[in-house]
Amino acid sequence: MMNERRERAQSIGFQMHGALVVLKKNIFLYYLKPPVLIFGVLFPVFFFLAFKMGRPIAPDMIVPGMVAMAVWFTASAVGPLVTSWERRAKTYERLIATPVSLQAILAGDVLSGLLFGAIFSSVPVVLGLVLTDAAVSEGWILSAGIILGAVSFSSLGILLAAPPASSPSNIMLLSNLVRLPLLFVSGIFLPIQDMPVWARWIAPVSPLSYAGDLIRAGFGQKPYFSLWLSMVMLVLFTAVMMAGAYIFHRKWKAKGL
Amino acid sequence: MSKPVIEVRGLAKQFKGVNAVAGIDFSVKQGELFGFLGPNGAGKTTTVRILTGVLSPSQGTASIRGHDIRSQSLLSRAHIAVVPEQANVYLDLSVRRNIILMAELYGIPREQAIRKMDELLGMLELGDRAGHRARELSKGLRQRLMLCAALITEPEILFLDEPTSGLDVQGRHMIQKIIKELNGSGLTIFLTTHDMDEAGQLCSRIAIINKGRIAAIDTPERLRSAIISSQFVDILFEDEVPDKENFESLAGVSAVETGGCRIRLFSNSPSRTVTEAACLIRDRNLKIQGLCTKKPSLEQVFLYFTDHSGREEK
Repeated sequence: MMNERRERAQSIGFQMHGALVVLKKNIFLYYLKPPVLIFGVLFPVFFFLAFKMGRPIAPDMIVPGMVAMAVWFTASAVGPLVTSWERRAKTYERLIATPVSLQAILAGDVLSGLLFGAIFSSVPVVLGLVLTDAAVSEGWILSAGIILGAVSFSSLGILLAAPPASSPSNIMLLSNLVRLPLLFVSGIFLPIQDMPVWARWIAPVSPLSYAGDLIRAGFGQKPYFSLWLSMVMLVLFTAVMMAGAYIFHRKWKAKGL
Repeated sequence: MSKPVIEVRGLAKQFKGVNAVAGIDFSVKQGELFGFLGPNGAGKTTTVRILTGVLSPSQGTASIRGHDIRSQSLLSRAHIAVVPEQANVYLDLSVRRNIILMAELYGIPREQAIRKMDELLGMLELGDRAGHRARELSKGLRQRLMLCAALITEPEILFLDEPTSGLDVQGRHMIQKIIKELNGSGLTIFLTTHDMDEAGQLCSRIAIINKGRIAAIDTPERLRSAIISSQFVDILFEDEVPDKENFESLAGVSAVETGGCRIRLFSNSPSRTVTEAACLIRDRNLKIQGLCTKKPSLEQVFLYFTDHSGREEK
């Protein structure tokens, strides 16, 4: 019986279960950590207020940008914290010595970001629908934008978590160095077609551009990219960032234990 | 107690060109309590990290229960549990949740895990703390919790890296008692320590690692016997020590040390030295309080093997 269980360690089912256990652990431990709440929830709210206050923009026009920004910050906030926090708290070595593979651990971390992003992005969606004239015209496109975007941003968070930093704040700093500039070239505050030419050149390298575009389309606004291109690009971004995350996490696995 | 459950062949690990582990070979048999001794930086923790899948070796092979640690890493890890030296429990989780989390990571069914957890909490005297957050526990209690979290996975081999380091006397004794009991119940234990007394009391076999190489490997008793020059005969006189020249010519004596009322005769043949010393004492009518032969302590063995590059002939 015990040996049968041990022999199952290589099975996909065992590893998927392992990923879900990691997800559960992350929910208990990290969802309410101050850096996650500050950089994941408060940041986008203040950005929104800074952008909106005193400017004559119709609220329904900025709801999609607000939702995209919420997904961007929340989904990518959990990943950078988890590994660096575990390294500092000296819990990482026991975790990677279990029969749960590194891929499954990272998958659990990505799921944590996805769930966190999906939960918190529902807040601006509901507020937008209740308090403004914004309306969802294509629910599945909006859902695809939020979910594919959250998976992609969460994968970015996991990739950013790979360097063996001595403190989680160093990783949060690195993640903000990446996240903040991309916010301004991804059609969040202005639709991509209204951005300057140089910004329109950079927009395609940001996963946020595609997710934001899908979310806009979900709210009935005209998308810049074709819907399928946005979806394929988000899947591609996810695959590349997950692969990169795996390579670097494996390379630096034992650093700073 | 015959089948090897850990086999290590030519295992090496370099960090930036420096050998942390330089081609070591050993095996651990089923049911053994195997001690891995070495000074700081000798390569103990690196070896444990390789065997537990945390680090990849630069060269060589190792297997756990026949599963190669590289090509069958998940299978080999499924047979072990580890309590790393510089590790901690999840401080923001309760004692109970820390244990269940580890059971879930090893795929132990929930009901079985809860049953086993209650048993372990009782054994490690943590029952009244089950609902407390780990943050509220002392270092000793956290160490017990880590042991609990390792044992809930029902491992075949338990790796303990300096498990009593930094604990008070009671905490150390309790952990040592539990280690003995676990080994008595058939669990194979790989124990790294730099505490000689602990290794001598607990381990059935000891490997001494120094500068990444195995300097000696044997039972504690045989390791003590291996250093011939450190065996000696102590004679305690009632008054002052007589001329030491009388003792230098006794059979087997290689050196003589005196101090207070005691004379220490280093000998490569303690039994012959004792016989001749007894005759000398009787002939000269010397008054003694005691006479005994001593083998080197495990600490002396350790210092010998870690200070010398080679082994002394038996």
